[in-house]
Order: sequence, then structure tokens, then C-alpha cells
Amino acid sequence: MNPLPETSATYEISFSVNGEVKKVFALPMERLLDVLRNDLKLTGTKEGCGEGECGSCSVLLDGMLVNSCLVPVAQANGATVVTIEGISVHAKMKYLQEAFLECGGAQCGICTPGMILAAVHLLEKKPEPALADIREGLAGNLCRCTGYMQIFEAVTNAARRKVTK
Amino acid sequence: MRADPAEYRLVSPGNLQAVLSLMASEPAQWLPIAGGTDVMVLYSAGKLPNRKLLNIWNIPELRQIEVFPDRIRIGAACTYTALRQHEIVSREFPLLATAASWTGGIANQNRGTLGGNIANASPAADSLPALLVYDAEVTLISVRGERRVAYRNFHTDYKQTALAADELIRDISLPRRFSGYISHARKVGARNAQAISKVCLAALGQISNGTIRDVRLAMGSVAPIPLCLTKTERALLGKQIEPSLIDSARRTVAKEIRPIDDIRSTARYRAAVAGNLVAEFLEKLVASETNT
Repeated sequence: MNPLPETSATYEISFSVNGEVKKVFALPMERLLDVLRNDLKLTGTKEGCGEGECGSCSVLLDGMLVNSCLVPVAQANGATVVTIEGISVHAKMKYLQEAFLECGGAQCGICTPGMILAAVHLLEKKPEPALADIREGLAGNLCRCTGYMQIFEAVTNAARRKVTK
Repeated sequence: MRADPAEYRLVSPGNLQAVLSLMASEPAQWLPIAGGTDVMVLYSAGKLPNRKLLNIWNIPELRQIEVFPDRIRIGAACTYTALRQHEIVSREFPLLATAASWTGGIANQNRGTLGGNIANASPAADSLPALLVYDAEVTLISVRGERRVAYRNFHTDYKQTALAADELIRDISLPRRFSGYISHARKVGARNAQAISKVCLAALGQISNGTIRDVRLAMGSVAPIPLCLTKTERALLGKQIEPSLIDSARRTVAKEIRPIDDIRSTARYRAAVAGNLVAEFLEKLVASETNT
């Protein structure tokens, strides 16, 4: 019942990342963010503030949107993780990508992976979100260049496409 | 300076008994970590004093919300998302559901826990005044057994609590007797989303024929601990709500709170806003009667 050693030595973490079982040797208190970027070379997940305020490092952990900078990797042992790389095959991704392009929802791109993850998480729960839902769903994702209106518009349009098509 | 993960231990016993045994074997050494929304921030900044961490995120009995005829029992590791989604919490404890919706963005609500918020003991935490007015009771558990503490006695001073060195918060119990109350939740911060409060109020009241039959008030960010406004409550109980009462309530509030100047606000501003929030609640109580 104790899968983890009581030392700070590296040990094997096994989890599903973007649909594939991955095994990495890591220290239990390494941040999930660092293991994804450094060990698994999944650099689509960005580090912004590193303290859970900006949402750049958003991933889905067992289907829930989380800030991967606040997750010790030991807590991801046995879990299912989806990053921006894995979301590219998601059914809603095509619509979101088109809408972000059309509405100018991305500029420097640092916040974009997190915005997309938060938008997917929202649309899965609320396929037809009101603007207030979109604002709330993306409130934990900060953008310092694009401006939020284009991003909200992109998510609105993506949701509409999903419904009409 | 960023923390070096090699200097920290994190163990995952996987069940409550094993967690408590470890805490008893080395009291005050093991810091429980659930969703990490407070602990990991300190850790990443290199400011976490503890070197030994104990994973309680994966303990099923800490994640349940149990409904009984007379109360609900919320596992300490229930997330804000779980609170917001729970039908009884939303319907009978709207102040708690509202405070949960104020706490960070969705990603932090998916990880932040009610027990963590209590143990972190920030006087600015938005969900804690709601627990005070709902007359919460916390169950503290250790290998020595369990004990129940009225939540209003839990916080003893700034970041000081009734928790013993080997104890864990197991659950938070709320009596189901407030659904007939008018409730009022109000947070004042620098902006709407995700800002730490300058002042926040949780209030419950009952009124008939303009007279206050019951009133319960608690505030965040106005004292070293989440504060029950017991003097203001006493000054209001049984009184007819009229402008002079509202004026005197403002003064009682200002005398009862102990706000400070800090990076978010000033003591003077907080005192003025605290009085205004209570006044706003009293006006809402009056309006609730005229509307029906």
C-alpha cells in the first residue's frame, strides 16, 4: 500500500501522458511541469509565474484542469495527464484552433496552450457557454498581449461551430 | 531562490491510519499536502520550512461529502469544485458555494481544498467567514482518537490554530438549519476575479415585521483571524431596522474589527468598507421583506 519510498531519491513514476504509458525516474517533489518539459520533452506546456496565478502551465490531470507548476509529480503517479500536445487530437480542437486563428486569439503564444486547455475543459462541461461562463472558465489564465476580448470571441465561435456542425 | 526537490521528501501512505501513524511518530515534522495550492507556492519560492511532506490527496475518506438529516459532513480534502457542484451545498449553504467560486480560477478550484484553507489559516481566506456563520464544527483526528472543535474556537491568533502537532483535520460539519435565512456574501478586492480580499463578509439573517429575529456576521481580512462580529450581532438582535440602527451598526463594526495597513489596503479603508458591507446587508434584509 506504500508505492513511494520514504527518501528523496528518484523513483519510477508511471502515468498516462497523452494516451501513452510513460515511465520516468523523478524526485517526488519535482513539479509535474518540469517532468513534462524536461524528461518528456513536452515543451508545449509553458511556465509563466510558477505560482499558480497565470495558467500558462495548465494541463488536464485525470480530466481536471490544473496548474502543473503546483503538482508534485508523485501525485501524478498512476494518473492520466493530457497536455497541449495531446489535445491536438481532441474533437473540439479543430474548432478552437480555427476560431483562435480567425479571431486573432493568439499573439506571443505563451498563454495560448493554457487558454486552449481551459477552453477544452470548459466546453466539455458546458458545450454552449454564455460569455460569463467563458470569462469564469478562463479567469485563471492571464494574457499580457493579445487581449481577452479576442480570446473570449474565439471560444464563443468555437462553441457555436461545435453546435451547428 | 527556487527549491531543490532533492532536499524534500514526499510520502504517500495511501490510507488515513498510515498518515496518522506517521504524524504521531514525528509530531510537527510532516506537513500534509492535498492540492498543493498553498504548499507548492511556498515550496517553489524556497520558503517552505518543512522538509517532509505527506500526501493526503489520495485518501478517499477525506474527499467525501456526506449528507445526514441534520447536517452535512465535508471531507477536509474536498475541493472547491466539489463544493460548488454539490447540490445541498449550493442550495442550503450558498455563502460557502459563493466563496468557493471566488477562490482562484477553475484550475485552483480543482485542487484547492476546504481543509487546506482552514489549516493554512489566512485571515483573508474567503470561505472561512462562511464556515463561521454556518456554525461549523471541525473534526480533528490523530492516533489518539478524534475530537470535535467548534470552528469559531479553531483559530486562536494569526496563523495559530487548535490543531495539535499530530492532528489532521478530517472533516467540517455544518448543521442544516440555515436554509430559511437571508444570506449575503460580499467580497471587496482590487478587482473581481482572483484578487485576495481587502474585506469580505458572510452574513445570515432572519427578519419579520422589520425586526431582526436572528443575525450572524463574519468577516475576512479585518483581524488576525477570520472574525465573528459577535458584538455587532448582539447590538442588532431583536431591533427594528431603521437608519439610526444602521448608523450605530457601522460604528460597532468599526470598533469590533482589528484591521491593519498592508499591501492590499489600509486599516481606515477596511473599517469604512466593513461598516458599509454590514449596512448593505441590513438594507437587503429590509428589502427581502418588502419584496415578498
